[in-house]
Amino acid sequence: MMAAFRLAHGSCGLINGLRISFRTLSQVKHGAVAASSVRQTNLQRACRWYSVSHLSVKERIDKKRKAALVGGGQNRIDAQHKRGKLTARERVELLLDPDSFVESDMFVEHSCSDFGMEQDSNKFPGDSVVTGRGRINGRLVYVFSQDFTVFGGSLSGAHAQKICKIMDQAMMVGAPVIGLNDSGGARIQEGVESLAGYADIFLRNVMASGVVPQISLIMGPCAGGAVYSPALTDFTFMVKDTSYLYMFKDYKILSSGYEKVSHVLFSGVAHHAFENDVEALLNLREFFNFLPLSNQDPAPIRECHDDSDRLVPSLDTIVPLESTKAYDMLNIIQAVVDEREFFEIMPNYAKNIVVGFARMNGRTVGIVGNQPKVASGCLDINSSVKGARFVRFCDAFNIPIITFVDVPGFLPGTAQEYGGIIRHGAKLLFAFAEATVPKITIITRKAYGGAYDVMSSKHLRGDVNYAWPTAEVAVMGAKGAVQIIFRGKENQAEAEAEYVEKFANPFPAAVRGFVDDIIEPSTTRRRICRDLEVLASKKQVNPWKKHANIPL
Amino acid sequence: MAAHSLSPSLNRLLFAGKYASLHSRCCAVHSRVQYSTVYNPSEKTFDKILIANRGEIACRVMKTCKKMGIQTVAVHSEVDSSAVHVKMADEAVCVGPAPTNKSYLNMDAIMDAIRATGAQAVHPGYGFLSENKEFAKRLAAEGVTFIGPDTQAIQAMGDKIESKLIAKAAKVNTIPGFDGVVKTAEEAVKIAQDIGYPVMIKASAGGGGKGMRIAWNDEETREGFRFSSQEAASSFGDDRLLIEKYIDNPRHIEIQVLADKHGNALWLNERECSIQRRNQKVVEEAPSTFLDPVTRQAMGEQAVQLARAVQYSSAGTVEFLVDSKKNFYFLEMNTRLQVEHPITECITGLDLVEQMIRVAKGYQLQHKQQDIPINGWAIETRVYAEDPYKSFGLPSIGWLSQYQEPLNLSNVRVDSGIQEGSDISIYYDPMISKLVTYGATRGEALARMEEALDNYVIRGVTHNIPLLREIITHPRFISGDINTNFLPEVYPEGFKGHQLEEDKRRELVASAVALHITAQLRSQKVLGNLRVSSTPVECNHWELCVELGERRHVADVTKSGNIYTVEVDGNKVEISGEWNLASPLLPLRINGKHRMLQCLSRDISGKIVLQYLGTSFKLRVLSKLAAELNSYMPEKVAEDTSSILRSPMPGTVVAVSVKPGDTVAEGQEICVIEAMKMQNSLTAVKQAKVKSVHCKPGETVGEGDLLIELE
Repeated sequence: MMAAFRLAHGSCGLINGLRISFRTLSQVKHGAVAASSVRQTNLQRACRWYSVSHLSVKERIDKKRKAALVGGGQNRIDAQHKRGKLTARERVELLLDPDSFVESDMFVEHSCSDFGMEQDSNKFPGDSVVTGRGRINGRLVYVFSQDFTVFGGSLSGAHAQKICKIMDQAMMVGAPVIGLNDSGGARIQEGVESLAGYADIFLRNVMASGVVPQISLIMGPCAGGAVYSPALTDFTFMVKDTSYLYMFKDYKILSSGYEKVSHVLFSGVAHHAFENDVEALLNLREFFNFLPLSNQDPAPIRECHDDSDRLVPSLDTIVPLESTKAYDMLNIIQAVVDEREFFEIMPNYAKNIVVGFARMNGRTVGIVGNQPKVASGCLDINSSVKGARFVRFCDAFNIPIITFVDVPGFLPGTAQEYGGIIRHGAKLLFAFAEATVPKITIITRKAYGGAYDVMSSKHLRGDVNYAWPTAEVAVMGAKGAVQIIFRGKENQAEAEAEYVEKFANPFPAAVRGFVDDIIEPSTTRRRICRDLEVLASKKQVNPWKKHANIPL
Repeated sequence: MAAHSLSPSLNRLLFAGKYASLHSRCCAVHSRVQYSTVYNPSEKTFDKILIANRGEIACRVMKTCKKMGIQTVAVHSEVDSSAVHVKMADEAVCVGPAPTNKSYLNMDAIMDAIRATGAQAVHPGYGFLSENKEFAKRLAAEGVTFIGPDTQAIQAMGDKIESKLIAKAAKVNTIPGFDGVVKTAEEAVKIAQDIGYPVMIKASAGGGGKGMRIAWNDEETREGFRFSSQEAASSFGDDRLLIEKYIDNPRHIEIQVLADKHGNALWLNERECSIQRRNQKVVEEAPSTFLDPVTRQAMGEQAVQLARAVQYSSAGTVEFLVDSKKNFYFLEMNTRLQVEHPITECITGLDLVEQMIRVAKGYQLQHKQQDIPINGWAIETRVYAEDPYKSFGLPSIGWLSQYQEPLNLSNVRVDSGIQEGSDISIYYDPMISKLVTYGATRGEALARMEEALDNYVIRGVTHNIPLLREIITHPRFISGDINTNFLPEVYPEGFKGHQLEEDKRRELVASAVALHITAQLRSQKVLGNLRVSSTPVECNHWELCVELGERRHVADVTKSGNIYTVEVDGNKVEISGEWNLASPLLPLRINGKHRMLQCLSRDISGKIVLQYLGTSFKLRVLSKLAAELNSYMPEKVAEDTSSILRSPMPGTVVAVSVKPGDTVAEGQEICVIEAMKMQNSLTAVKQAKVKSVHCKPGETVGEGDLLIELE
């Protein structure tokens, strides 16, 4: 018995208290859901519908439209609300600019004729998903919103085709796709039809990847095979307490209710979690504003009230003099970017690296920064993967990348070695190296060893690389280096001082041109803004290839 | 601006003929800090001075040194190496690690610094070594000038009992009292009559205000005698009684004195410092609304008598308690430059640091008593990094992410030792700055203070501006009706921030709404050539819902140009402004009146925090649709705070009195946190078993850190 199915069961009980036997459905495959509300039809009413066609076409259109607007009916809407969730249409309305939603396929119905599904009362105009296009702050977007009130939002062939239709159009027009997921899984009554539907969507997710931004907001269950659609999109957001995302579910846990899998904290699947539906949708509007509509568009520029020449005196003292003392990289980022606005991606996962979107003089930029506050800001498996995926998104969508470096190296340890730090660390290296968008790097303090190379160094085609006076570019910290260089030497402290004098400063890198300039930290914002102005026309093309082979 | 009513006595004071000639001079003292005395460059003092202090006072002393062409040496601890006072100095020497006893109180290291830099004199500022006779002696032994009084004066005034005896001998009013065995009630009455009512009776052995009884007449004295003598015998086994003059509505008023080594001494008028919390001054002003010229002169002359009695030289302060009948009594003398000296400088035009340096070099005072004016009025508020909602101020720490002093306003002086990017740490006093405003009248100075507080941008640490602004706009403060119990009397339940009246509430709601719409409209402004054209929502009318505290408001907004007309619950508010969304300051015109608000945070989901009338308010602005849908959102269950103990402030754990498995009673001490030299005992709010302990003595904890969990 599948997890998703359980959900449908449980929620059905909540919804209308109908007594439904699940016995016949109990052998269904994992990740699928039964259309749990197959009703015993009222024959009389059905007859009347077909036989007495005294309704004009116009009346019938109105009737269907009206029916589509209430989805699975008022009872289920109430149940959805009671669960602290909004309906599919409410979500769309809140996400998009007022009156901008243009719906498609409102009249589409499922085509299943088994298990009584052909009954009129089991047909819902629009089926279990609302699709269409609209505007967010005036900018075009395609949206689908799964309707949990219709068969638990289960995915029928029709449901899948509706989604595919808007995805196809989004790609042709060049506009992002936002999916609002709230579905128990496949529609079991439809069998393979439903599975085919998933695959159709997966294919389009892959084809659209790197062409238009794709965002998933998980607002209810999303289980089994269905999880791969969000997983293939660029960003997956979740709603705390009401959304679930999982592949397998243990039977035992099933019977005692849902265990919350914290993708936000542990798996790195989710990029952000919001308090509730309203918060999530309002924040999604804000997030959307950072993104270009497609890979054909430059990073968007919003009207900016923050002076691009603004000096930031607080940065002159932010890096502690003791190189072992931590500081918060977020303080630097917020001080540098426009209006202190930073939309952090995965703020609770692999916190030793910080990634997110901000603006410089109105233009969207991607920010990557080592976080000295967590694990000294070292790179490990999770942070490498987190960084790599973000860098690749930025590169795909013409978003310049600003990298703040304070990295003591890669995290040592057998767990990391066995986990494949070599493979995973290579991802970040690969991502920075292949990126052709403007790349600006600021070394705030440590840039040690291989991690220095990885973090958007000059050698990986960094366009502008700066060092703060506190920067130390070296193979390793003084202590370790001295033990190797001056092995056996009596006065280690003296040797250490010599090493520090020689290497623990920005000069070795600067004299070789590996950093373009040593700048006063307070001028960082001004310098970046001016560089971005110039780099806006940067053209760089990688050699032709079918596609690169990033280590996976 | 609220109307400030001046008391009649104050008016008389200000416009008394005696001061009329000074009014013309006061007009010249506008805009920046200006001293009426002109520094005489031919008068040679020192080549190099070491300032044995940190923060604002070190900076303050250096400013005068620079004016006088004197080289400056800063000392600093390891954590202060990039502090403002270090950058300001010509030379800087590190004297040890962060804790004060290892750095700023480390005499050996400071003596080394003096030798290494060749400083000829040392200014100690206040606190630290400023009243340390040992330090003064060591300096003298090496021939380095201590910029302050002589060692014997420090010693004489440093001892509470001795200083009172000296004061008495110098015919300075001291609090009359009797300490000894009182046999009968009639004897007590006689003593009370000699002292003069009201009197306070208590057992000598009882500490503080314990068992204290106040008698206003003979009958009450007899009664007080009975109770206190019984208590003395039974509780302490010591039947001595203390009968002392009771000071009703005590005010703390102090006289600034300035004396040279040639027997000249001046009083530089008074400072009113009654607004205090936990015996620390918060708001000071000069002059006091309470003193008439006669009392002022009497206090001033007594202060000078005391200074002469101990052969005082340099600047010093004689503190008095003043009762409601203007009787004044000597409290103590501070033999250093006081924190609140700037207000005296504002009204007298003297640079006290300059005078201290001159006097230390041995020059005679340049002024005669009749040269000392009262020019206008000066107010000082002490801006602290502390949370005023917790016992009128518990220390807070943090990194000043944004910091902007209101120096764009005229008649404002800010003495600070920090800047944007500074750290307020647990090691030192959490004072951010001393904000001083002045004007021809008290009303003017207060109005400017209001403005200055509204324009003061501090981000990254919790600060006490909400409390300061409430104090200076409180009717009792404005009327001058204050005493040392002002805060507990005015806020018996603790400080709760500005309480919004209906019209102010509407103004706040309307401002938030206008700001929200401005941000929303800006979100639609995408620049450049767009491949897919944008279709912004053409709209100039909005219906919004605003949550503020427990209440919800409906706002109907129309916009024309930069002007928003917001109908809040049916009442129109008109708002216009420049609407710079990057600025922390939000200068608005609300219904034609200028108001300076501050935007503390704002996000597109409608959460806005605004500082209005000093207090920060959390608002939530939602479209009608979002508000409607928001009602379906489940309330998140708040953490049960009765079983967990979190640190109310950043600090160091001094002691943990429980271990897992212990049963604690309600009110039992669980652990002690020390912050900024203040020990705070944390107690259990219910009887329970200790589940886990998450801290140990010596550990540094942040605000909100989990300390103990109960079952």
